[in-house]
Amino acid sequence: MDPTFLKQQLLMNIILMGAMLLGALATVMLRQLVKAAIALAFTSVVLCVVMFKLNAPWAAVFELSVCAGLITVVFISAVSLVKPATEEERAAHIRFKTRRYFLLPLVLLLVGVGLSYVTGQPLPLPAAEPAGTELRSLLWGPRALDLLGQVLVLLAGVWGVVMLFKEEK
Amino acid sequence: MNLVSLVMPFGVFVALLAAVGLYCLIVTRDMLRVILALEVITKAVTLLLIVGGLVSGHMALAQAFVITLIVIEVVVIVAAAGIVIAVYKHTGTLDIRRLRNLKG
Repeated sequence: MDPTFLKQQLLMNIILMGAMLLGALATVMLRQLVKAAIALAFTSVVLCVVMFKLNAPWAAVFELSVCAGLITVVFISAVSLVKPATEEERAAHIRFKTRRYFLLPLVLLLVGVGLSYVTGQPLPLPAAEPAGTELRSLLWGPRALDLLGQVLVLLAGVWGVVMLFKEEK
Repeated sequence: MNLVSLVMPFGVFVALLAAVGLYCLIVTRDMLRVILALEVITKAVTLLLIVGGLVSGHMALAQAFVITLIVIEVVVIVAAAGIVIAVYKHTGTLDIRRLRNLKG
């Protein structure tokens, strides 16, 4: 492949990853939970773009529709069922955040610098899967029993939604 | 520069994302924020699966795993949100330190 093209791709990947990391930081640090949920949706959207770039369109579609859509709706619904924070609780949260999160940049720096040394050696590439192996054949063939489990798990999720919005008698 | 060095930064960012989620999981006291931290960690795992699929050449299998992961993730989040709302209705707070009814 053309080295200039690869360098451009590398730069693009790093920009996307930086945006994703910023979204994750906003998710855990924003005071208002609704804004945090929107930041999480932004993280999911950037992850979806990364998946498309890495040639995983089916997973990207699921990520966009389920993680950026459904989970955000569920989360905002859950937040709307909770009373908004009082002024005292907001002040306590700001104090708590500055006291508890001051180590986070240091942790990120240490992990990043440490891993840049660890991942310096390229790994050998294993053999690729045979041509013609498609997602649908993998889903419906060797992993058909897993799909049954997924259906059961989804039913449990539906039950959870019913319990979430159940009216009190 | 080859394919592996192209995807190598993803490994570092996966670890950083997981570190953000784990840090929040450790320090937060808000139950809804615990769910958010779990979501961030799940994003890191999703990205790791996709990068693993790309590097190993088994992208279809990686996508199948990611779809399974997303299904389980959404159910976990919904169930956890239901539990948090139920606890909030019961105790009137989201502070995780107040959940000590079973403390010996």
